[in-house]
Amino acid sequence: MNPAADYIPFVQLPIEWEWGLMKTGQVLGIVILLLLTLAFILLFDRKVWAAVQLRKGPNVVGPFGLLQSFADFFKFVFKEIVIPAGANKTVFILAPLLTFVLAFVGWAVVPWSSGVVIADLNVGILYLFAISSLGVYGIIMGGWASNSKYPFLGGLRSAAQMVSYEVSIGFVIITVLLLVGSLNLGDIVENQRDGIWMWHGFRLFNFAEFPNNLLVGVTMYAMLVVFFISALAETNRPPFDLPEAESELVAGYQVEYSSTPYLLFMIGEYLNIVLMCAMTSLMFLGGWHLPWGPVDDPWFGFLIFYAKIWFVFFLFAMVKAIVPRYRYDQLMRLGWKIFLPTSLVAVAVIGYYVTFLAPPVRAALAGG
Amino acid sequence: MLAAVAFYVLSAVTIASALAVISVRNPVHAVLFLILAFFNAAGLFVLLGAEFLAMLLVVVYVGAVAVLFLFVVMMLDVDFAELRQGFLSYLPAGALVAAALLAELALVASAATSADGAPIALAPASQVGVTNAESIGRVLYTDYLLVFQLAGLILFVAMIGAIVLTLRHRPGVRKQDITAQVGRKRSEGVELKDIRPGQGLG
Repeated sequence: MNPAADYIPFVQLPIEWEWGLMKTGQVLGIVILLLLTLAFILLFDRKVWAAVQLRKGPNVVGPFGLLQSFADFFKFVFKEIVIPAGANKTVFILAPLLTFVLAFVGWAVVPWSSGVVIADLNVGILYLFAISSLGVYGIIMGGWASNSKYPFLGGLRSAAQMVSYEVSIGFVIITVLLLVGSLNLGDIVENQRDGIWMWHGFRLFNFAEFPNNLLVGVTMYAMLVVFFISALAETNRPPFDLPEAESELVAGYQVEYSSTPYLLFMIGEYLNIVLMCAMTSLMFLGGWHLPWGPVDDPWFGFLIFYAKIWFVFFLFAMVKAIVPRYRYDQLMRLGWKIFLPTSLVAVAVIGYYVTFLAPPVRAALAGG
Repeated sequence: MLAAVAFYVLSAVTIASALAVISVRNPVHAVLFLILAFFNAAGLFVLLGAEFLAMLLVVVYVGAVAVLFLFVVMMLDVDFAELRQGFLSYLPAGALVAAALLAELALVASAATSADGAPIALAPASQVGVTNAESIGRVLYTDYLLVFQLAGLILFVAMIGAIVLTLRHRPGVRKQDITAQVGRKRSEGVELKDIRPGQGLG
């Protein structure tokens, strides 16, 4: 207590607690923002899918069906939770909870615009990678605990699939890290601030560096494509939705789930997809910067970053609508025989570029 | 104060889940507890300021190794009651190994902290402006390069060994050759026949 101060608050909190309260408020704000985003992005997904197939999509609840997701939410929540008699009850309930929580936890390090981030970790991108690699547990636990054939097969498939594609995602992340020289997500975005020619996906346009821009540009564009496809596989999105391939496994690991646990699985899955969209825009598409120049205003930057997330999600939705499902052996072939060698070569190429060809001063290292 | 609370919570959960790994009946539950122990150990690393190591622990052990454990344990139908029958007869040997390990750990810990009465200078991780990952990289690729490369070589040999042991070439298996499929021309697959009405191809 400071007697000299005019204003004495009702409860004087220790500084750590005050900080904790502030962070809790921020976390709540982000969670609400994410849930609202999710409600509309689910609708958007269905609308895009419908438009490709010349249907109208959900159009009954609210204007243009805008409230469809909220109606679905209430329907899920008010249904009865059915737990199969032979299920391993604890693990059965734990699996959707884990998926749901992990999907949110990753967002802690995502910077929304310059300086707006809950946890500014030095190892931000590695944290995101670690959290996304944990997502497999929800699925494999759910598949096993259901004590039924199809869910179990779905769980095993997804475990193999996610472990395979994580490898190439890891190497793609390494190429970006080499270019930036830092694992901090804010640094990664700031490295792309000048314009589209500095965006990691489009270094080809950086003609000031000719002819090195050809080397880096082609490699990094390939990495953007590899990352995008691996993100589809990592989030079990079509055309890689083999864990829940309805023609073979009914609904895979989700067969035995109903009402709220199913809702948690679905929210977790879509949140992971949106997280991958955010990662793509942060790592390759310049984050909150415009194609023709940097943006330092936090609110404007947030809008741009948000728009980029929706754009990448639109690509995800179009892939879902257009591409037919892969067969399992094709999936494994693509992951291990094509993406892994490609990304390994890319790491070597980018390493060579950074060591011998790149301009000597790199912003992130100089800034610390 | 928060750090102290976090430390006690994390270490308590680590020890409790490590005990649960060896005491629960269901092997899948044991692996899940093992994952919990790994995860809390990563939390302890973060408290020490070694966030890079913490993330590596999560990525490598929790994200990859434990998934394979879980995979194998779920596939195998292990009867643990049967495995435990010989528990008492193995107890003396196990206790001996455990005691040796404990003694070694205590020796290393005391030698590292109190040689010449002063703690051995660890890697200068606390330098201002140098991140965790960078300081580890500097040490790993300069002072300990040979050891690091040797460790990599050993892992490589182990990997090749595993592949050699499991690779079997079965004769008569038809494999899909995607290059051949894509490279197929229209003339190889389609033939135009002029069919007269009422006659068919005969």
